[in-house]
Amino acid sequence: MTDTTFATNPTAPAIEIRDLHKSFGSNEVLKGIDFHVDNSEVVCVIGPSGSGKSTLLRCVNRLEEPDSGQILVEGVDIIDPETDLDAVRSRIGMVFQQFNLFPHMSVLRNLTVAQEKVKKRSKKEAVEVARANLEKVGLGGREDAYPAHLSGGQQQRVAIARALSMDPDMMLFDEPTSALDPELVGDVLEVMKTLASEGMTMMVVTHEMGFAREVGDKLVFMDGGVILEEGDPREVLAAPQHERTQAFLSKVL
Amino acid sequence: MPLKRSTRRTLGRAALYAVLLGVVLLLVLTADWATIRANFFAPAGIGNPFVGDWGTWPDLITVGVKNTLIYTAVAFAVGLALGVVLALMRLSPVAAYRWLATAYIEFFRGLPVLLVVLVMAFGIPIAFQGWTPPGGTVGAGVVGLILVAGAYMAETIRAGIQAVPKGQTEAARSLGMSAGRTTVTVVLPQAFRIVIPPLTNEFVLLIKDTALLFVIGFAADQRELTTIARDFMASSDTAGTSTSLIQASVLYLLITLPLTRLVSWLERKQQKAR
Repeated sequence: MTDTTFATNPTAPAIEIRDLHKSFGSNEVLKGIDFHVDNSEVVCVIGPSGSGKSTLLRCVNRLEEPDSGQILVEGVDIIDPETDLDAVRSRIGMVFQQFNLFPHMSVLRNLTVAQEKVKKRSKKEAVEVARANLEKVGLGGREDAYPAHLSGGQQQRVAIARALSMDPDMMLFDEPTSALDPELVGDVLEVMKTLASEGMTMMVVTHEMGFAREVGDKLVFMDGGVILEEGDPREVLAAPQHERTQAFLSKVL
Repeated sequence: MPLKRSTRRTLGRAALYAVLLGVVLLLVLTADWATIRANFFAPAGIGNPFVGDWGTWPDLITVGVKNTLIYTAVAFAVGLALGVVLALMRLSPVAAYRWLATAYIEFFRGLPVLLVVLVMAFGIPIAFQGWTPPGGTVGAGVVGLILVAGAYMAETIRAGIQAVPKGQTEAARSLGMSAGRTTVTVVLPQAFRIVIPPLTNEFVLLIKDTALLFVIGFAADQRELTTIARDFMASSDTAGTSTSLIQASVLYLLITLPLTRLVSWLERKQQKAR
């Protein structure tokens, strides 16, 4: 299937957000966000719970419907009703806190189903891509297992492989290690580091400051629905400028 | 001297058993066993398998049980399809579909099944003279069962769909699947797993509801189990006794009891899997 339904602009940033507002009922969780992620950039978003960071991430593929503002993915306005949202989504890999593997499908089927149904790949090609990605996340040979028989860390790595099997242009991570036992976090972060080193564009909502410092190109601190501070992760973590950033970091570091 | 606590408990238990035994003995000794046997377990109907006498069982099974199972299976299969459509309509983003489905479900769940069967089998054919329902009057009666079963199953399936975690839909949509594709590939397969026990219950209810088709009046080879048992009260080797009704009861229980056991087993299994 060729994506003739919209034209991406190769020179545009991977993600560009302008004056984004979003409320849940009377609770305004995003109060005018301006934000962008360049190609091959790894942007980590941190902040206290309820700061709106997950909502911001979920707006990028419109799992949350923004109230106003603009979201451009590779230069394509995804709020425009004429945009083929399914086609855009198939180019944005998403990894959830709760993994969200399909429990009624084997690991292999989890990785091939969208390739076949959305990308219209042949079964043979889909299986090849799936096996390669399982190998990549260190789970080669687990094709026939069911999600319930895997540890949380393994499930999350399968979820990453599932997203990668769509050959996405960028990846969104929504607190990918927050639901994991501490000893399982490392394997998942390792996979994410590999992805980053290969030049994948990544937007990561996380509490892993070590990951942000080591891998991130940019760190964004959100609180109360606004971006309070952003910059080089090493600088922000070492010398936060805003007093709320200082207060937050003093609690988590 | 006061009795020890454990002794008192044992004596109390013994008294309870004594009362039970007394009541059973009284019933056994005072019952008129000859009359009971003649009226409820007539040998002409029950037969004696040890000497190759099968009584009236063959007719009850090859006609009654067979037709009951056929009517149940048809009503369940079509009712299930109707239920899925209604459940999806209830969850539709289009408000008109939601209202239609809700109205339908509330309407048919609020009526006696017997009344719906009567309207379908007699009311509609009288209103539209010359039009014969598919499968004749029997078919019309089964349609009545379908209409009601569909309404109940729709609610069960809706609950099953809503029990599938929202993250499943989000994961499927984030991979680029359309809403329809997500429903078919991700949501419905999981919803059906959740609703297998309640749907099996619905199947048991339908088996029993086919007895309501009795009011239709059947050709001899179309009779379901209750109808043929009722006929045997009037004309058969056991006429004038309740024997055929007892036999039908046994046959119903042979089908329904394993199914209800299956339901509780499935429910326990699901509970553990959670």
